[in-house]
Amino acid sequence: MSQTTMVRPAGGTASDKIDPAAVLAASRPNLRRRLTNQITLGVVILAVVMTAVPLVSVIWASVERGSARLDVALFTNSMRGVVGQGGGLLHALMGTLLVTGATALIAIPLGLSAAIYLTEYGGTSKLAGLTRRAVDIMVSIPSIVAGLAAYALFSLLFGPGTRSGLAGAAALAMIMIPVVVRSSEEVLRLVPADLREAGLALGAPRWRVIRRIVLPTALPGLTSGAVLGVARIIGETAPLLLVAGFTDAMNYNLAEGRMATLPVFIYTQWSSKGLDTAAYDQRAWAGALVLMAVVVVLQLGARALPTQIAKIRRNR
Amino acid sequence: MTATVPAGTRADSSGASPVQPGAAGLAVPAQMSLADAVEMGLVAAPGSAGSAGLAGLPVAPGHISITGVSCYYGSHLAVADVSLEVPGRAVTAFIGPSGCGKSTLLRAINRMHEVIPGARSLGSIILDGVDLNGSGVDAVAVRSKVGMVFQKPNPFPAMSIKDNVLAGLIIRGARPRGSAADDLVEQCLRRAHLWDEVKDRLKKAGDSLSGGQQQRLCIARAVAVQPDVVLMDEPCSALDPISTLAIEELMRDLAQDYTVVVVTHNMAQANRISDVTAFFSLAQAGQPGRLVESGPTGDLFSAPKVAATRDYIEGRFG
Repeated sequence: MSQTTMVRPAGGTASDKIDPAAVLAASRPNLRRRLTNQITLGVVILAVVMTAVPLVSVIWASVERGSARLDVALFTNSMRGVVGQGGGLLHALMGTLLVTGATALIAIPLGLSAAIYLTEYGGTSKLAGLTRRAVDIMVSIPSIVAGLAAYALFSLLFGPGTRSGLAGAAALAMIMIPVVVRSSEEVLRLVPADLREAGLALGAPRWRVIRRIVLPTALPGLTSGAVLGVARIIGETAPLLLVAGFTDAMNYNLAEGRMATLPVFIYTQWSSKGLDTAAYDQRAWAGALVLMAVVVVLQLGARALPTQIAKIRRNR
Repeated sequence: MTATVPAGTRADSSGASPVQPGAAGLAVPAQMSLADAVEMGLVAAPGSAGSAGLAGLPVAPGHISITGVSCYYGSHLAVADVSLEVPGRAVTAFIGPSGCGKSTLLRAINRMHEVIPGARSLGSIILDGVDLNGSGVDAVAVRSKVGMVFQKPNPFPAMSIKDNVLAGLIIRGARPRGSAADDLVEQCLRRAHLWDEVKDRLKKAGDSLSGGQQQRLCIARAVAVQPDVVLMDEPCSALDPISTLAIEELMRDLAQDYTVVVVTHNMAQANRISDVTAFFSLAQAGQPGRLVESGPTGDLFSAPKVAATRDYIEGRFG
């Protein structure tokens, strides 16, 4: 501690005027402290670099190996009848759009409703507490378990071994709902209680205040939460492998037949290669590149949406 | 109680004072400026002011009789047994120290008190012959008759200025459009002394205005649903003196068409703007708030009947 003692101007007492230069000189960190500071800074920077390396390397690898097949055929062809070069992922891209869209249609209304219940009606009631705990558990449910649950459900309803895009959507909805509930609840809580009171004081029933005041006010945050939820499930593979299955051909029907999706496409291209292994590897990497591009766009969109909505509102 | 508004600090507003029967107040067109309204009030006053007054209650529509009202938060009694006459088409001020229950009582009048979980109120609050606190009365319907302006200006940020004025209708599911909606918006914004400042930017967001403008927007929003009563819970406490002055003028003006009840911590403001003042107090923290005394503002401020009122008004309250 002696090293940190303040230096006072010579001959002065505590009540004397303090020489600013001397105080500044005394406040300069000593060697040991500066060294600790530098070392800590170095460690932190190293950690940041180590975190970024996998991300950069994955992006680099997909661009390097996937760009070879980033051609028009990739987006216009399916894999029907293709055994070597050529072919495309249109069937998987369509499948991903359909399954993800269906998932969003299931998960957003359900998740938002649950969040509305939790923030606007539930309060500290038992049911609200139970719902929150259930959501907490659902957030950490392994996706393969969600897949098994959907598989069991559709087997019971439509016969054993039923696979369809809709079954995939059901599995993904189980993963997405808790994400939507959590983000929506957080956003709805940010709507000031003042606004609810103002709405009620205008002589409107509570549900109309929610519909006309609370939800529009929270809309920017709600949409960005929903988009992040979509980004969360769009790359899911395991449940789709189980219940949506895989096909080489186009399938626009969610309710019937196996449906290829991008993650499963990547997996099958890599896991069951034909004789021309390079062609399969290239398609797998191209699929990875497309999928990552979709996720990045979604992430950026989720970030930009709230400010865009606010801007539109301000300028209309 | 006398018919005339106590003289003194409010020479400017006494002419517009709404102690005359409501018909005069009702006849004032909404588009009228404050100066016009005062003038009109002055013109109307000689004919009517002498023939009626607070003593002859109820004289004006919008009169509220509060009888034996107690308010609870769970098992905690916050307001005990208040009985009070709130004259119609006049400004009534609730004053008193923090925790005395004046805001709670105010919120009980339009049934906003019960919005808080566990909160309830007993007693009767009779507006024009209807008990607002009656068991068969719908709280939602009460609130469309008794509007409220809050301490912090709270325009709806997701709505334009225009839609904020129309919010009462929009929330209830109506889609006001066309010239009727435009007319209502202009009328209410003029009523709130805000029209000239915002007429060129009605499509801008409601929270793009200054604090004082926002509060006037909230007043426009409250009067757009055509209530009989406008409750104001410390409407100026978040505003600067200039904005406060504007709201005070507006409150006087509003009293021509509406019964105005305002909670304020500002004694001078209560003295300036109100016709009747009710002083609330509590024995000590945690005890229920009670009505100490009420009466014409001039009388209450110049000659309070109760020592506690005098102490509070003179700033000697503990």
